[in-house]
Amino acid sequence: MYTQAMDTAPKEDDGRKAVRSAEQMQLEAQFDARIDEGGFIEAKDWMPEHYRKTLVRQISQHAHSEIVGMLPEGNWITRAPTLKRKAILLAKVQDEAGHGLYLYSAAETLGTSRDQMVDALHTGRAKYSSIFNYPTLTWADMGTIGWLVDGAAIMNQVPICRCSYAPYARAMIRICREESFHQRQGFEALLVMMQQGTEAQKAMVQDAVDRWWWPSIMMFGPPDDQSPNSAQSMRWGIKRFSNDDLRAKFIDAAIEQAKVLGVTLPDPELKWNEERQHHDHGAIDWSEFWRVVGGDGPCNRERLAARVGAWEDGAWVREAALVHAARRAAPQPIAA
Amino acid sequence: MSNPNPANATHPDTSAEWPLWEVFVRSRSGLDHKHCGSLHAADPKMAVQMARDVYTRRQEGTSVWVVRSDQIVASDPADKSMYFDPMEDKVYRHPTFYKLPGSVDHM
Repeated sequence: MYTQAMDTAPKEDDGRKAVRSAEQMQLEAQFDARIDEGGFIEAKDWMPEHYRKTLVRQISQHAHSEIVGMLPEGNWITRAPTLKRKAILLAKVQDEAGHGLYLYSAAETLGTSRDQMVDALHTGRAKYSSIFNYPTLTWADMGTIGWLVDGAAIMNQVPICRCSYAPYARAMIRICREESFHQRQGFEALLVMMQQGTEAQKAMVQDAVDRWWWPSIMMFGPPDDQSPNSAQSMRWGIKRFSNDDLRAKFIDAAIEQAKVLGVTLPDPELKWNEERQHHDHGAIDWSEFWRVVGGDGPCNRERLAARVGAWEDGAWVREAALVHAARRAAPQPIAA
Repeated sequence: MSNPNPANATHPDTSAEWPLWEVFVRSRSGLDHKHCGSLHAADPKMAVQMARDVYTRRQEGTSVWVVRSDQIVASDPADKSMYFDPMEDKVYRHPTFYKLPGSVDHM
C-alpha cells in the first residue's frame, strides 16, 4: 500500500563537510555522473553514506507501511458482506504482506538486517505511513481505502519504479503491477453500493469518503516549502516529483472519479484553477498530520501493539523452525 | 544477496534470523529461470513454499529455484571494467561485422 512523508525525519548529518580523500571525491563524482545520465545503482556499487541511509530509511518505512497497512483491513476480513468480497480482501491483504517482503529484501541489500528494521519499528524509531493510524469503522471504509488510499499510494509509487537504486526500483515495478487491482476493486465496491445500494448504504459510502479524504491527501507529505530533504532526494533520483505536484495530480483525478461515483468530497474550496491547470483546494490541517505522525493518532498505540504482539507470539515458531532445520541438516547416526 | 556492509555483523540478534535465500522463477516452460528476489526461510522446503507464496501469487511461475544467498559467488563490481570491457572492441564476434553481397546476405 504505501509510503508517505518519508522525507519527514530530521535531516541527518551526512558528513558532507568532513574532509574527504581524493579517492572518495573521485568516487562521488563517478556516482553523481551515473545518476545524471539516468543510470542505476546496484547493491554492491559504491554509494555515498547519506544516500545509503536515506534509502534504508525510506525503503524500510515503506515496508513497515505495507505490514502495518494489513491491520485496518484485516479487521474486515471476517465481516465482509459476501464470499466474493472476502476472497478479494484476503487477496489484497496477502499482496500487502508480499509487498512488505519485497521491500524488506530491497532494504537488506543496503546492509541492514531484517531484525534491525523490525526492531526499529517496534521501538518507535521507524515510522510507517500515518494513514494506517485511522480506524476502519464501516464496510465502506474498505472500498474507500482502495479508491483513495491505494490511489494516492499508486500516484506516489509509480515514479519510484524509476528510482536510481535498482533493487528498490525492481521491487516497485512488481508492487505497482499488483497495486492497480487494489484501487480498482475498491472503486468498484463503492460503485456497487452507490448504484444498487439502499439510502443507508449510500450514506455509509459518503461518510467513509468524508473521513478518508483529508488523511489521503496528507499522504503526499508536507508542502514543498516544508520538505527539507526533497531537494537532495530529487538530486539523487530517489524522488522524481514533488509532494505538491503529486498531490495536485491526485486531486484532479479524484474529483472526476467522485463524480462517477456520485459522492461529494468534503472540501468546499475545491475549484478548477485555469492558470495552474489544477484544482485549488482548502487548507490542509498539518497540525493533525504531525500529531498523528508523532504518535497521537486514533490508532497508533493499537497498531504498534498488534505488531509487537504478533512478533512476540511468533518467537517460539521462529526458534523451533531453526532448531528443526539444524537437526535435519546434522549427519544422521548410523543404525547399528 | 550477501552484503559487504559490516552492519549485520555487529547486531546481536542476527544469529537468530532465518537465513536469506535467492529466488529464481521460470515463468513458463521453454524459458530460463530468472532471479526475482529473495526471502528468509528456516530450511529448503520452507524456502520453496514461501517463494511460491511471495513471488507467484498470479501464476507468474511454473517452477521455482531457491538457493542460499551465502552460497552465491559473484564477480566484484570493482572489477567490472577489467572483466567486461575487453569484449568491447571485438566486434568481429558479431555476424553484422561481415559485409556480404545482397544475394547471400541472409546467411
